[in-house]
Amino acid sequence: MEAVNLLSSNRYTEKQIGYLFISVLVNSNSELIRLINNAVKNDLGSRNPTFTGLALHCIANVGSREMAEAFAGEIPKILVAGDAMDSVKQSAALCLLRLYRTSPDLVPMGDWTSRVVHLLNDQHLGVVTAAASLITTLAQKNPEEFKTSVSLAVSRLSRVSPSRGTELDTDRCAARSQHTCPRCLIPRAVLQIVTSASTDLQDYTYYFVPAPWLSVKLLRLLQCYPPPGPCPPSRGGFGGPALRPLSEPNLLVRACNQLGQFLQHRETNLRYLALESMCALASSEFSHEAVKTHIETVISALKASSFHVAVGSVLVPQTERDVSVRQRAVDLLYAMCDRSNAQQIFHLLHSKFHLCSVPTRALLLSTYIKFVNLFPEVKGTIQDVLRSDSQLKNADATVLEEMPPFPELHAVSVSRPPGAGRCAPRAHRTATLRRRAARGRFLRLTLRGRSPGSRLRGQLRQEIGSSRSILNSEDVKMFTEVCLAVSAVLAPSPPSAEAAGSGRRMFIFYGNKTSTQFLSFTPTLICSDDLQANILGSVAPRPLAEAACLCVAHRYGGTFQNVSVKLPITLNKFFQPTEMASQDFFQRWKQLSNPQQEVQNIFKAKHPMDTEITKAKIIGFGSALLEEVDPNPANFVGAGIIHTKTTQIGCLLRLEPNLQAQVKRLEGIAEYA
Amino acid sequence: MQFMLLFSRQGKLRLQKWYVPLSDKEKKKITRELVQTVLARKPKMCSFLEWRDLKIVYKRYASLYFCCAIEDQDNELITLEIIHRYVELLDKYFGSVCELDIIFNFEKAYFILDEFLLGGEVQETSKKNVLKAIEQADLLQEI
Repeated sequence: MEAVNLLSSNRYTEKQIGYLFISVLVNSNSELIRLINNAVKNDLGSRNPTFTGLALHCIANVGSREMAEAFAGEIPKILVAGDAMDSVKQSAALCLLRLYRTSPDLVPMGDWTSRVVHLLNDQHLGVVTAAASLITTLAQKNPEEFKTSVSLAVSRLSRVSPSRGTELDTDRCAARSQHTCPRCLIPRAVLQIVTSASTDLQDYTYYFVPAPWLSVKLLRLLQCYPPPGPCPPSRGGFGGPALRPLSEPNLLVRACNQLGQFLQHRETNLRYLALESMCALASSEFSHEAVKTHIETVISALKASSFHVAVGSVLVPQTERDVSVRQRAVDLLYAMCDRSNAQQIFHLLHSKFHLCSVPTRALLLSTYIKFVNLFPEVKGTIQDVLRSDSQLKNADATVLEEMPPFPELHAVSVSRPPGAGRCAPRAHRTATLRRRAARGRFLRLTLRGRSPGSRLRGQLRQEIGSSRSILNSEDVKMFTEVCLAVSAVLAPSPPSAEAAGSGRRMFIFYGNKTSTQFLSFTPTLICSDDLQANILGSVAPRPLAEAACLCVAHRYGGTFQNVSVKLPITLNKFFQPTEMASQDFFQRWKQLSNPQQEVQNIFKAKHPMDTEITKAKIIGFGSALLEEVDPNPANFVGAGIIHTKTTQIGCLLRLEPNLQAQVKRLEGIAEYA
Repeated sequence: MQFMLLFSRQGKLRLQKWYVPLSDKEKKKITRELVQTVLARKPKMCSFLEWRDLKIVYKRYASLYFCCAIEDQDNELITLEIIHRYVELLDKYFGSVCELDIIFNFEKAYFILDEFLLGGEVQETSKKNVLKAIEQADLLQEI
């Protein structure tokens, strides 16, 4: 509230502080905003140009919608008023620009537009600068209204920048602007020198460059319109955006060569800009060839030297230390990639693939896929790469099909565990490899064998990371646990899948917890003949004396590793729990009294006898736990049916624990013919 | 230009000028992130970097980092020159400007910036004119 009071003060100091306050503490208090707007309005119409300037600055700084509503109509009038001071005019121009940016609909086009264009001819270069910005933005939306600005801009530009004298372009430029004798170069050059030596430009000369900002703005304005004729490229550093309106081929080529020189410049900034500009030029058909000639320079700038720039960072170990420059270089490589050098560029990118972090690799992969669609000759090579990389899903035709939008990371079956760094590539710049901290080096993959033969998929997570070749006793224990645990092995496959009921499915999960890729990853299944014959989903009718074994061979860090893991494919996995009443149970129990059908084992309890654990184990074993069947409540009784392709085998089991003696008796009976 | 930030080597913000409407929370978040990113850069690295969808142009003068965020189509080199011009203006006005000057006379720094840039665009590139305007304002203050 105080600030608003200060605004209405007549003393400059207070007013100034008031405005500063308002600019910083903008709130949406409607009451205050009304008052503020009132004060600003008063100042806008004030005789004192300083006050008007303050008001305009405030509007430009805040630029809220309410202000736009209040003042959008006023400001154009101030702008084109004949008696306005220069400083007011330039502030008004930019103020209007700000309002237009935030609320374009509130700024009406009127007859002031033609007057604004005339501002380009103003003596005061500050006004011209401001007007140029305003017109550029307005012309983007309403090119017709501001068409007249083109000639004015050109003439202004030629008056400001020193001409190259001998170029035909200048002539065309001059002719267009209806300047002095178009064919006569000498008077023109003289005019130039005279103009630049004149006082109004002296002030605007920045390190021997006359009015650089103004020139750039005028060029930007000209960019909005089809080029009237090629204009002399501006000098050195400011050349970047100026190059784009050029359409004459040999100019572009020369520009390209100039940029090529910059590529190896000492100063990093110039290298960065050269790469960026070349990237833009690469898209133009005229200069594309010229850009390609510089590929060697770009590559050598990126090439590996003997030492590594680590830090989970981008692409290549190289001499270029600056990551921003590296990013631009890779952008450029991607942009200049076409049929002739696709192979080369692909190999370059891929040579460092194994050194990249996970998100980078994902980006590279998606880039390869793009290459496949764009450059068929590389397709074969890329497909080989994708196929040979055992960590990837087989190069399925569907994955490589062109689909808009491009396949995301997940299409290649590489998922990152929660917590890994998020990679956000820009859609049109996938070759830009961003540097992200390589958190979470865990690559969790789902290997899905496509070949019809092996339907054996198991979700058995094993830690394959060390150089253990033979499983030790610990693993045996784990193995046993896995056999008993329901969750470790999949429940019976859903009915929709093949071989319901009699078939069992196992998913094998290979996790790589290291940061290095496993090469030549080959899993082999070693099992007895019986099992082999029955691998295709059906069950062995005979008991499996020896468990199957999965042998995983791979190359890790240069040495071969061979890890053997027992697969818990045991008979009990094919159990289907069956419920039955007490009578049935004991009836069958007595029935099946054939010694061949019965087996009994008395063993000493190794662990304390816990009811719950025992129950869980029995359920895990696969049989149903029948409660209250046995007259002795301490006993556990279970029943299950083994389904085979041909027959069904009923099994009954009974576990009698003897707490005093710490022994248990396990009896099992099966209807086995 | 979308915004300009001035901060010290220790990450203390000395000046902030926003040319786009953003909430306070967003401004703080952006400031924090950007300060961290720029301070992490080594001295030899180039003055441009890409951050979110903006281009950041920064330059270090003594103990202060001048950091501008520009849009894709803006010219980076000219932004560097804008920064330099601003430093020249400050230097001319304060006479061998140092960080302390900006700390104690921040409102003057803002006024100079307002004369030079408005709404994110270059307004007046003549050093003479800008300083003349500031001096006039100063005179008015005396009254």
